[in-house]
Amino acid sequence: MFKVVSKEEIAPKFHRFVVEAPEVARKHRPGQFVMVLPSDDGERIPLTIAASDPGSGTVTLVVQEVGKTTMAMGLMTAGQEFFSVVGPLGTPTHIERFGTVVCVGGGAGIAPMLPIAGGLKNAGNTVLSILGGRTQELVILREEMAAVSDEIIHTTDDGSFGRKGLVTHALADLIAQRGNPDLVVAIGPAIMMKAVAEMTRKLAIPTLASLNSIMVDGTGMCGACRVEVDGKTKFVCVDGPEFDAHKVDFDLLIKRLRMYIPEEQVARERFMGAHECRATAGIARG
Amino acid sequence: MKVQRHEMPVQNPLARIRNFFEVALGYSAETAIEEAQRCLQCANPPCVKGCPVGIDIPAFVDLIRKADFEGSLAKIKETNTLPAICGRVCPQEEQCEIVCVMAKKYKPVAIGRLERFVADWERDRGLVSTPELAPPSAHKVAVVGSGPAGLACAAELARFGHKVTIFEALHKPGGVLVYGIPEFRLPKAIVTFEIQNLARMGVELRGNFVIGRTATVHELLNGYDYDAVFLGTGAGLPYFLGIPGENYIGVLSANEFLTRVNLMKAYDFPRSDTPVRTGRRVAVVGSGNVAMDCLRTAKRLGAEEVICVYRRTRNESPARREELEHAEEEAIDFRWLSAPLAIFGNEEGFVTGMRIQRMELGEPDASGRRRPVPIPGSEYEIAIDTAVIAIGQGPNPLATKSTPGLELNRHGNIVVDERTLMTSIPGVFAGGDIVTGAATVILAMGAGKQAALGIHDWLARLARGEVIKPQLA
Repeated sequence: MFKVVSKEEIAPKFHRFVVEAPEVARKHRPGQFVMVLPSDDGERIPLTIAASDPGSGTVTLVVQEVGKTTMAMGLMTAGQEFFSVVGPLGTPTHIERFGTVVCVGGGAGIAPMLPIAGGLKNAGNTVLSILGGRTQELVILREEMAAVSDEIIHTTDDGSFGRKGLVTHALADLIAQRGNPDLVVAIGPAIMMKAVAEMTRKLAIPTLASLNSIMVDGTGMCGACRVEVDGKTKFVCVDGPEFDAHKVDFDLLIKRLRMYIPEEQVARERFMGAHECRATAGIARG
Repeated sequence: MKVQRHEMPVQNPLARIRNFFEVALGYSAETAIEEAQRCLQCANPPCVKGCPVGIDIPAFVDLIRKADFEGSLAKIKETNTLPAICGRVCPQEEQCEIVCVMAKKYKPVAIGRLERFVADWERDRGLVSTPELAPPSAHKVAVVGSGPAGLACAAELARFGHKVTIFEALHKPGGVLVYGIPEFRLPKAIVTFEIQNLARMGVELRGNFVIGRTATVHELLNGYDYDAVFLGTGAGLPYFLGIPGENYIGVLSANEFLTRVNLMKAYDFPRSDTPVRTGRRVAVVGSGNVAMDCLRTAKRLGAEEVICVYRRTRNESPARREELEHAEEEAIDFRWLSAPLAIFGNEEGFVTGMRIQRMELGEPDASGRRRPVPIPGSEYEIAIDTAVIAIGQGPNPLATKSTPGLELNRHGNIVVDERTLMTSIPGVFAGGDIVTGAATVILAMGAGKQAALGIHDWLARLARGEVIKPQLA
C-alpha cells in the first residue's frame, strides 16, 4: 500500500498528493509517470510525477478532478492509502544543453512540466515558461515553475491574470520578439499541443509533446494508448509519453481520447449520486 | 471396469452465455472414483512422461480410487503446486492423456478432470496442504513475473529452502492466469487460493514492481542483493495486423480486451470502475485459445453477433478442441478461410466495418500447415462496431531491453542453455513464453521447474566460490 503523506487543494478541483513510494522516488526521471489504482476495486489511471524526493521516499502527484476516479481521490485525506502506485513508467525526457527552451504548459499539463523544466534548467538551459489556464486560479504551480524558469509568462482565457488569451498567442509573441528558441516543450490538452505543434512546425523549431492517451496497464502489454507518430503505431506508455510533436497525429489522439465518454459520464453521475449529501453539505457551508 | 470415459457436467450454453460463471462444473466424488477405476496402473506409465512437470499420475489416480482425496492431492503437490489451475487449463489431450494406454482402444483416463477434482475437493473444505520444505538456505532468489513460469519456479525454489521474492508489474499476481484467461474458464478465486499456497511456503510476493523501470535485473543482483534471478516475463506484447484502419476506436488487442474484462472486471461496470466497449457486432481476428476467450467473452458482454475471422480452416485452428466446441455451442459465427484486409471507421473515428478476403488452402508452409492463398475477387465487407485482434503476442521488451549483456534471438526471445535455462548472464535464468514465444500454461510451468533446478545448482556453486555474480557496470 502507498500512504498519502499529505494532500492539499492547490486550485479548485486540483489536488496535490505526496505519496510514499520509495522505489518510484529513487528511480524517477523527468517525463516519467505512474499508474495509480486508488482502491482495489478501482481503475488504473496514469498520472505524471510532478516531483520526487528519494530522501523521504515520496512522489508528488497533481490530480485534477475530471471524472469518477479523480473525484473519489479528491475526497481522500492524508493518512489514507492508494492500493497501487506503479512506476516510474515511460521513457524519461531527453535532457541536454539545448540553449533556450520554451516550456508551454496548459492546465493540468503544468504539473508534468515542472520536473522537465527543472531538469532542463539544471542542464544549463535558459528556460522560458508560458503557463496558461482558463482563469487565474487554474494557472497552477506558479511559484514552483518560477523557481526553475529564467522567465515566466502567464496567460488566462478570461484575462483575469497575466495576458488574456491562449498560450499559443504568448508563444507567437515571444518568438517574434526573441527569435526561434532551440526547443519547445508542450504539455497540456491535446488540442493545445496540436496548436503549438502547428505553429512551431512552420518555423522549424524542434518541439516535444507529452501525450496523454487512455492507458490500462502502462507497461506495453495492451496497446490501449497507441498513437500514430510519423505514420507508425507507437505505444505512449513505453515509447513515450514524449514524441516529436511535428510527427504526432493529434487528430487521431483527440478522437481516441473520446472513446469512453458515455461510460465516463455514467460512472461520474453514479458517483455524484452516491455523494450527493456530502456535495450539498459542502455548498451549504461554502 | 467401466470402459466409457465419464463426461464432465457443464452449464447449458443458453444460460452460460449470460454469465461469467465457470462453464465446466467438475466431477462429483462418485464420478471421480469411477473414472479413477479406468486407470490400468501401468508399470511403466507413458502418461507421466507426457506431463511437462512429471506428476506421478498412476499414484494420485490410485489414491482417488481408494477415496483418499487428501493423499491424492499431496501426491500431486510433490510435483505441481497449482493443480486446480492445471486441471482446468492444460491441453491434456496433447500431453498426459494422448499417451494414456486406454486411449489406444477406448478414450483416455480423464487425468485433467481428476487432478481438478482433488484440488477443488481440498479448497471446498478449506483444507490447506503445502509440500515439505528443505531447511532454509542462505540464498535469496528474485523471480520476475508471477505467471505460470514464475509461480512454478518460486514453488520449487521454496521447496529447496531458498528465500524467494516474486516481482510482479501488475497489482495482482498470476500473469495470464488473472489478466488473460477468463473467469468462466478459470475462476480468479481459485488462482488466488493457489497463489496463497506459495505465500504459505514462505514466498514473498511484490506487486506494482516493473523490472526494467522500478529496478533493473542488474540492480536485483547488486543493490537488492539477490543471488540469482529468474525471468518469467512472458509474451505480453500484442501483435497487430498492420492493415489500414487498425487505430480506429473500437479496435482492441486481445490483451487489452481481456485485461479490462478479467483483471479490471469491466464486465461488472459501473460497479467496477474500468469500462469496456463491446457493441452489438464484434469481430475477433484469429482462432487460437486467446481468440476463443475473446469470442466467448464478447458474447457474455451482450454482443448480438460475434464473428471469428480466421484465414485457415477449423482443422488448422490452434485452439483446444474443447474450447472450439464450447465456442461453437455458444453460437459464434465462424468465418473460416477469411483474412481481414482493412478496417473502416466513421468521421468520429469509431470502427464501422471490416473488409475480408476469402482464402483457399495451398501447399504446406514452414509450420507444416497448408498456407492460405487469397481468392481474387472474393472480397466482402461486414459491419462491426468492435474488432479484437487476437493473432498472437511477442516478448514484452521492458525487462530485456534494460538488461545489457542479455542475449536475445531475432524474435526478441531470451536465449538460454537448454539444460539449466541460464541466460548469457551468469546467475540470470529465464523460462516460459519469454524464451519459447507464446505457448501453454503447463509448458511455462515445466520451464519454471527446470530453471529452479538450474538455479539450485548455480547457488551451490556460488556457495562453493566456483562462480561469482556479475557486478553492476
